[in-house]
Amino acid sequence: MNILVFAEVRDGKLKKSSLETLSEAVRLAKPLGSKVGVALVGEGIKAHAEILGKYGAAQVFAVDSPRLKYYASEAVARAVVAAHQKLGSGAILMAATALGRDLAGGVAALLGTGAAADCTGVTISGGKVQVRRPVYSGKAYATVVFKKAPAVLSLRPNVFPAQEIGGTATLEDLAVPFDDADFRSAVKEVTATAQGKVELTEASTIVSGGRGLQAPENFKLRDDLAAVLGAAVGASRAVVDNGWRPHSEQVGQTGKTVAPNLYVAIGISGAIQHLAGMRTSKVIVAVNKDPDAPIFKAATYGIVGDAMEIVPALTQTLKKVLAS
Amino acid sequence: MNLAVCLKRVPDTTTKVKIGSDGKSIDPQGVEWAISPYDELAIELALRLKEKAGGETVGITVDRDGNDVALRKALAIGLDKGILIKGGANFDGWATAQVLAAVLKGRPFDVLLFGKQAIDDDGFQVPTMVAQILGLPRVNVCTAFEIEGTKAKCRRQIEGGEEQIEVSLPCVISIQKGVNGIHDKRFPSMKGIMAAKSKPVETVAAAAVDSSMEIVKLELPPERPPGRIVGKGVEAVPELVRLLREEAKVL
Ligand SMILES: Cc1cc2nc3c(=O)[nH]c(=O)nc-3n(C[C@H](O)[C@H](O)[C@H](O)COP(=O)(O)OP(=O)(O)OC[C@H]3O[C@@H](n4cnc5c(N)ncnc54)[C@H](O)[C@@H]3O)c2cc1C
Ligand SMILES: Nc1ncnc2c1ncn2[C@@H]1O[C@H](COP(=O)(O)O)[C@@H](O)[C@H]1O
Repeated sequence: MNILVFAEVRDGKLKKSSLETLSEAVRLAKPLGSKVGVALVGEGIKAHAEILGKYGAAQVFAVDSPRLKYYASEAVARAVVAAHQKLGSGAILMAATALGRDLAGGVAALLGTGAAADCTGVTISGGKVQVRRPVYSGKAYATVVFKKAPAVLSLRPNVFPAQEIGGTATLEDLAVPFDDADFRSAVKEVTATAQGKVELTEASTIVSGGRGLQAPENFKLRDDLAAVLGAAVGASRAVVDNGWRPHSEQVGQTGKTVAPNLYVAIGISGAIQHLAGMRTSKVIVAVNKDPDAPIFKAATYGIVGDAMEIVPALTQTLKKVLAS
Repeated sequence: MNLAVCLKRVPDTTTKVKIGSDGKSIDPQGVEWAISPYDELAIELALRLKEKAGGETVGITVDRDGNDVALRKALAIGLDKGILIKGGANFDGWATAQVLAAVLKGRPFDVLLFGKQAIDDDGFQVPTMVAQILGLPRVNVCTAFEIEGTKAKCRRQIEGGEEQIEVSLPCVISIQKGVNGIHDKRFPSMKGIMAAKSKPVETVAAAAVDSSMEIVKLELPPERPPGRIVGKGVEAVPELVRLLREEAKVL
């Protein structure tokens, strides 16, 4: 069963989560003796084919057009379907980014099937694609089988390792006959709100703050710790509702679902809705003055005490340790 | 302005999920049903659009069990009418989208509002699929939506930024929290609850559609290995750092 991967390019760079997805496709294809192709869609993107080859793509289908400078939901979906038809793929994979989630629905609809979002496990056997994915916002995991082909799925960032294996991909230009209807939802402009910051859903370390930080200005303590760790910053809903932090930082059932290697929760009580969004993190550290706070039940390591003292001390100690 | 809000009945966010005896679905015992939170924000946006431009708001739900609690709540909050589509499949975005599209087709809606995700299947797909079937433009994860004549200016949230999109009406949008400054749902008033009882609800059977996927197993997430309290106050910091380095090896 050939596998098609969609490669996302943002700000002239291939997304790490796309390389993770490609690596997983290569691992799946190997025992099946099948081929991995990549759909590379955008404007002036062809140079990325070389890296895709190094990560194990056999073939890259490039749809390169000035009309694709910015994301156009319908057009990109059509380009992916065109690549799928060329490759004859049984599964179409992409990373579960903002773009990937949008695209998965569009591609699946064009092919008359459903999409599985945020998969954390994929198996292919006997021609059937089966995935494991979080449902109820992480409160449960479903094993899902596709009843139609191809299977369309997005993989959760940060779960599958990206692995360079060396290789070269053949590059094929695909001409897709777009019409104006393919651009009716096209993006006109992109504004960056957080240039250079580590993105929450893709970060391997996250430092989050809650109401226990007591005032918006104290989030500097969180940010300083995050800076030392090279971490992304998150927040609880309570501080988002207070207007202390933007909703884009909210972790939880009605915020972002994250699964970093290290999640530090500062002054967060550990409500069921917050835990739903972060409980699959590999290591959880909690700092809370209440020894009975529910967050300690989920935490790998906890310190009981005042965040205002503990967090700066942690930042200082880490600074020394990480510098040595 | 004719506004449709597609809304789903889901377990309230405080629900502690228990697996049912079939091993494939949740145990519905004791579950409080609610409107999916993003759909509640879509309702609020629809009500605000109506307050500004006039028109009618219609709530639409596909419910396998024909349960109308979510739809009734939406009417109590303020939507004018309801359409209850009985049947369909749960946890199959393609099936749901086809069922919804079959009912929406040919009705003169200007804006079809959705939540960005239903918080049970977290599928992120029904709005896009409905738009694709109906041939309408779509903007997912909308953080701003302003109608200007026959067009709408939208903003969509992406990692570290926002995309600006302009679409013509009719269109499909899926709502992110904070859209047009909306962070909270509207609660039903006593008057609203009374009025809801006499609001019209059209009940239709779900179209027969093909299903695309099936849950074969539902499990609780793996238990976290028991953690420990490293200590109290700043004195515990060096030990925490040592553990992160030597035991957890995450630094
Ligand atoms: C529909 C719905 C959806 C929701 N979705 C989400 C979601 O996505 N994400 C989310 O986070 N929440 C969500 N919630 C809200 C959730 O129920 C909690 O209210 C919220 O997570 C609490 O945030 P918090 O932990 O910052 O605040 P609190 O619960 O007030 O906890 C503050 C904590 O800080 C500690 N503390 C206080 N002072 C100090 C100090 N000096 N040093 C150290 N610790 C201190 C306290 O002991 C306490 O444990 C949702 C709720 C609903 C109803
Ligand atoms: N059964 C349903 N009935 C009505 N609307 C639905 C249904 N399922 C999903 N939707 C709509 O589609 C959105 C996204 O759902 P999903 O793609 O399942 O995450 C929801 O927020 C609803 O607005």
